[in-house]
Amino acid sequence: MEMVVVAPPAPGRLEDLRRRFFATPLQAVLSLACLTIMVFLAWKLLNWAVFSAVFTTSGGPEACQAAAGACWSVIAARWRIIFFGLYPYEEQWRSALACVVVVVMTVLSCIPVFWTGRRIALVWGAGTALFYVLMKGGVLGLAHVGEEAWGGLALTLFIFVTTCLVGFPLAICLALLRRSELPWISRTTGLIIDGVRSLPLISILFTFAVVLPFALPQWLQGDKLYRVILGSALFFSAYQAEIVRGGMQGVPTGQEEAAMALGMRYWQRIGRILLPQAMRNALPATINQFVISFKETSLVIIVGFFEILASGNAAYGTGEWRFAYVEVYAFIAFIYFVFVFSLSRYGAFLERRMSISER
Amino acid sequence: MVSLLRNQKVRNTLLQVLYVGSIAALVLAGIVIARRNLAEQGITSGFNFLFKSTGWDVNFSLLPATANDPYWWYFLIGIINTLFLGSVGLMLATIVGTIVGLARTSSNDLARLLGRTYVDIFRNIPLILQVFFWYAIITHLPTPRGAHEAWGFLLTSRGLYIPFPNVSNAAFAAATLAVVAAIVLPTWLGRTSRLSQPIGQRRAIQFTAAAAALVCAAISLAVGRLPDLPLLDFPALQGLNLRGGLRIPPEFATLAIAIAIYGGSYIAEIVRGGFKSVGKGQVEAALSLGLSPWRVFTLVRLPLALRAMLPILANQYVWLMKATTMGIAVGFTDFFMIVALTINHSGQTLEAIGILMAGFLAINLSLAAVFNRINKAIALKGNQLRG
Repeated sequence: MEMVVVAPPAPGRLEDLRRRFFATPLQAVLSLACLTIMVFLAWKLLNWAVFSAVFTTSGGPEACQAAAGACWSVIAARWRIIFFGLYPYEEQWRSALACVVVVVMTVLSCIPVFWTGRRIALVWGAGTALFYVLMKGGVLGLAHVGEEAWGGLALTLFIFVTTCLVGFPLAICLALLRRSELPWISRTTGLIIDGVRSLPLISILFTFAVVLPFALPQWLQGDKLYRVILGSALFFSAYQAEIVRGGMQGVPTGQEEAAMALGMRYWQRIGRILLPQAMRNALPATINQFVISFKETSLVIIVGFFEILASGNAAYGTGEWRFAYVEVYAFIAFIYFVFVFSLSRYGAFLERRMSISER
Repeated sequence: MVSLLRNQKVRNTLLQVLYVGSIAALVLAGIVIARRNLAEQGITSGFNFLFKSTGWDVNFSLLPATANDPYWWYFLIGIINTLFLGSVGLMLATIVGTIVGLARTSSNDLARLLGRTYVDIFRNIPLILQVFFWYAIITHLPTPRGAHEAWGFLLTSRGLYIPFPNVSNAAFAAATLAVVAAIVLPTWLGRTSRLSQPIGQRRAIQFTAAAAALVCAAISLAVGRLPDLPLLDFPALQGLNLRGGLRIPPEFATLAIAIAIYGGSYIAEIVRGGFKSVGKGQVEAALSLGLSPWRVFTLVRLPLALRAMLPILANQYVWLMKATTMGIAVGFTDFFMIVALTINHSGQTLEAIGILMAGFLAINLSLAAVFNRINKAIALKGNQLRG
């Protein structure tokens, strides 16, 4: 006797669709409602942003205002101020190049080859130095441009990069101090970290920009930009310190005890045993913190910096483009979205990859 | 001396004294320098300024406020504004977040896609950009004459007008409290161990309590009703302006909308994480017992998910409460803006910053305390297997 095995027929395309979206009456209603919302929104958005939109500057603001859709000519007319702020016109290529440097630096630090303390420090140190030289000039035949003329995307990126560059080592120090065995050191550090974490970032930026000059002697005050970066770095490090500490708690105590038994000294134990493992545990949360802190650089507009949001306000705020605020905000939102979304997707990818390797 | 330094105990004490001492010295030096600098500008330090009148106005206040009021009253107004905006924002964000989060955990692909698009868009754009965006939208709405109208609600550039009962403020506050009691009281009665009835047989008590609270609300509305006016006051155009109803200022509406949408996208992820953490086995066990999907949701998935998400939700709420400081971007007089204005007008920099820190510390600690209580109350007792 021959056994005949009959597999159930594979569901046809229509049957598959029915099972996925119309299995029960409730499911059908939900599917239809979602579909209606999506089609409606997509049509409205496409119609506004593409079909009825004006893309050229030829007609001027008047023709643009009359159009039913978006007026992208405001971007065509004002993109320089959005990207570069008040940076001198002839030198704006330097500002653009500086932004490229930051992007390259970020991409490089996403490659695992650079994930050793020394290499990552080298990439960020060299990148920031290059950025600074490009923006400030005064050497190599580049004209000098003071910080007060920096603006737009370049200023946003500069604040973000320096915040991380100062904040990250500070965070590691704070985390180490907090887990110190000496009670008064760990308690005082804990007080500082929790105190900073309980305050809103805006109030810290305001304190560093406006209040701190009163409390510092004349020679220590420095430029307002660097004070604000310091405040932002302090805020970043208070959050990052807790992430690093969490990562350290995930390292089994046996690791450090074994290192001690081998006769390694404190800094050897920290640098070779504890930190590499702790940073690996803390990586997903760290990238999340970078994402948050990139979004929060936009708050410096409150203390009067001409970063990308402020330059966007200026791009539509004067005279004939006054009506085109939605387009300008949409454009800036898109720029932020590109940076933040790709970084957070990368974080999610990393988290998945690490959870596979741990299985 | 050198041998003393070789002693571990002595060295540790010395290190600690050095660390704490240098931090204290830095802070003290800062305060001393600041006091001297401020004294040069003719500003005497101390908290006497709290009792002087401010001389400037606030644009939003739940309490009566005039420019003659003292500073301490303004600080109180600021804290209440922050708490009020924060709690309205939290409630709206929780509603948005729950809907989107449920969509993201739904079995329907389209609903999941919709929820995911929402989260991806609004989570990845800075809150302050969204605040500026909504503020621009609201301030570019038509003037009262050409207002958008729907069901008695009016959208204008001067704010959103909603129908409002014609009652005195005190009566309205009492009625609001009574409605809150109508929700909280039955919940508490259902769980407390102070009643002799066993839990689960308290329907009648709970129902009576809720009804009594609602009757109280109705009575306070009836007593506080303004004479000779209809119960509901609809906003309407009179001349060039709108009269009647309740005006929600553009600044408040902007911040509430922005916090609801941005916070909603974060809460959606927390809700999704909470539901994802509920073990598959629990749901399958409930289904195999013959429970309907709805009862599986309310009896198994929701309670377990709620326990998992509450601690993370508490952190998010604290964050959102701090996000009310965005008020300064659009000119809403929250606590931080009052502090900034105080520094501008009175020059009492150190004192105002001290009050700011103390205020936010108090807000954070009390929120944390409330959530710890709730967390403890709903935590699973004993060791229960998960999975």
